[in-house]
Amino acid sequence: MTGGPISLAAAAMIAGRHCGWFPLLALLLCSSVARAQTDRQPPDTMEARVLACVACHGPAGRGIDNDYFPRLAGKPAGYLTNQLIAFRDGRRRYTPMNYLLEFQQDSYLRQMAEYFAAQRPPPPPEIVPVVSQEILDRGRSLAMTGDAEHGVPACAACHGPAFTGMEPAIPGLLGLRASYLSAQLGAWRYGTRTATAPDCMQNVAGHLTELDVTAVTAWLAALPIPPDSSPTARGAWPLPFACGSQPK
Amino acid sequence: MSAQAQQPDQLLRRMALGVALAALAFAALAFASAVAQPHPPAPDSAIVKQGEYLARAGDCIACHTTPGAALFAGGRAMPTPFGTLYSSNITPDADTGIGKWTTDNFYSSMHTGRAPDGGLLYPAMPFSSYTKVTRADSDAIFAYLRAVPPVRQPNRPHDLRFPYNNRSLILGWRTLFFTEGEYKPDAAKSSEWNRGAYLVQGLGHCSMCHTPINALGGSSQSQAFQGGLIPMQNWYAPSLTSNKEAGLGDWSIADISDLLRSGVSHRGAVYGPMAEVTFDSLQYMSDDDTRAMAIYLKGLALGSIPDPVSSPMPTTESSLLTRLGESVYKGQCANCHSGDGRGMPPQFPSLAGNQSIQMGSAVNPIRMVLNGGYPPGTAGNPIPYGMPPFAQLLSDDEVAAVVTYIRTSWGNRGAAVSAAQANALRSAPLE
Repeated sequence: MTGGPISLAAAAMIAGRHCGWFPLLALLLCSSVARAQTDRQPPDTMEARVLACVACHGPAGRGIDNDYFPRLAGKPAGYLTNQLIAFRDGRRRYTPMNYLLEFQQDSYLRQMAEYFAAQRPPPPPEIVPVVSQEILDRGRSLAMTGDAEHGVPACAACHGPAFTGMEPAIPGLLGLRASYLSAQLGAWRYGTRTATAPDCMQNVAGHLTELDVTAVTAWLAALPIPPDSSPTARGAWPLPFACGSQPK
Repeated sequence: MSAQAQQPDQLLRRMALGVALAALAFAALAFASAVAQPHPPAPDSAIVKQGEYLARAGDCIACHTTPGAALFAGGRAMPTPFGTLYSSNITPDADTGIGKWTTDNFYSSMHTGRAPDGGLLYPAMPFSSYTKVTRADSDAIFAYLRAVPPVRQPNRPHDLRFPYNNRSLILGWRTLFFTEGEYKPDAAKSSEWNRGAYLVQGLGHCSMCHTPINALGGSSQSQAFQGGLIPMQNWYAPSLTSNKEAGLGDWSIADISDLLRSGVSHRGAVYGPMAEVTFDSLQYMSDDDTRAMAIYLKGLALGSIPDPVSSPMPTTESSLLTRLGESVYKGQCANCHSGDGRGMPPQFPSLAGNQSIQMGSAVNPIRMVLNGGYPPGTAGNPIPYGMPPFAQLLSDDEVAAVVTYIRTSWGNRGAAVSAAQANALRSAPLE
């Protein structure tokens, strides 16, 4: 609580120099050093506060070598805030996340979201798809133009022509692995991931076939990540339908 | 005594506690009362403010509000070993809530555990604690509940298995474990101590978790506050009377108060079910009431001589564990908790000398390593530091090793932990 790094270091230096020589001074300074050490405090930063997150999401939220722990860095803060609140309130189910966030206030969750939204770590390594070119072509078509006949809009219609998302709450889709993306589409379909009504992604996911999911997630996961994949400014394009996650 | 968690009688205790927890279920509210209703008091009146404070002290919200849903509308699922109970709607809606209740009805439910139609409440509703609440405080809470927005939401029927779905079983439970009566002050004690005792024993209903539950789902007065495993949740609620567990005999009043109200202190932090209690209830308590509870809780500690360390494992195995544990500790833990286990309290708790790590039951330290956790975000500690989960990173052997290491290092006197114990808690519920 007392003594930041500088005063601690100074005290240690003085004590180290004099402890052996002047018993009274030594007693005073050495005991103050001992006290200062017990009062060592972690840095007063968000980075230190989100150490619990980076064990799975990687330093600065860059992702780790696990398909299911997504990269958080650079996602719009509004999107991340929505997810943190949904995890806390159980609208999005993943028990380790539900558990960690259960007793946190909105204002803190927003601060966590802003921290990860502001990070720009290097992009993850590119992924070589393991599906056929035919499937990739289908994925590309779904993502870029959708499937009007089956009521599926293009991913690009909301997530942007470069799939980098839009402020404040539409996430970019780059740098996520196919298994993660596929698990999310499944979670919407089965109701373990829900958003504020109207839950547009639940609607979209409900119109996709298994093959659609395989195709679109494989194609998205293999997209190269441009040097700046920041989300586009708010209101850059009109949304094709109402989405409860977007602040009015 | 980590082995204790494996014993069959522990299972029975868990089942028993389940009954108690299950209790929150209010009886059907379908009675048609002809009694004249009191007018809802003004939302900003003194009695409503007082009632809101007391409802916080009683943590009504924890069971009667589903997370993310309307305040006090109930419907929160409470899994028990006997089936699932659903909490009731206590908003003033006339048809689905308690809008037709009178202050007498409400006092009776708190004081005697009976619904207005005479039906018996399940003891998950902590009426064996709330019976100690004064009439004036009960009336204030009712005034507050009359002033919250009414929500039309019918109560969901409980889903209890036979034979637990027979409400008349509650009669037997009451005969054995329920003593009706308001709190009687102890004239030999200070008024602060008595205030603390009133809050802890009454509205705080601390004994619901911190008193061992027997096979019949009751808690014995003679074992008050001696700790026990919480059924269905698989957290150990430590003894408040033993200084080997959460006994607070050698804690300062300031540290106890910090722990209760802000969730972190220089002696330890709250996680798991206790984090919920601090988040929903204790953080709202006044300085005076927090201090009163701290004084009473400190006085509960009976003091104790440490047990000799007894490990269920052969020495060679535990020394192997310790070596592996030390290497895991240096790699994963020392950065925050420091090599000497002293941490950076209050944010990174000290592990050296930390009672919760050395307890007979190793459930809590194992779960902390597996699941990590954030202390609750409170007014006193709004942006807490968090501990990462390690379930995805460490093997059962590594979890057992590092928990053994912290339980036996720096003068700590806990017993070794086996990989099987660590494995068993991987599937412990996180809700």
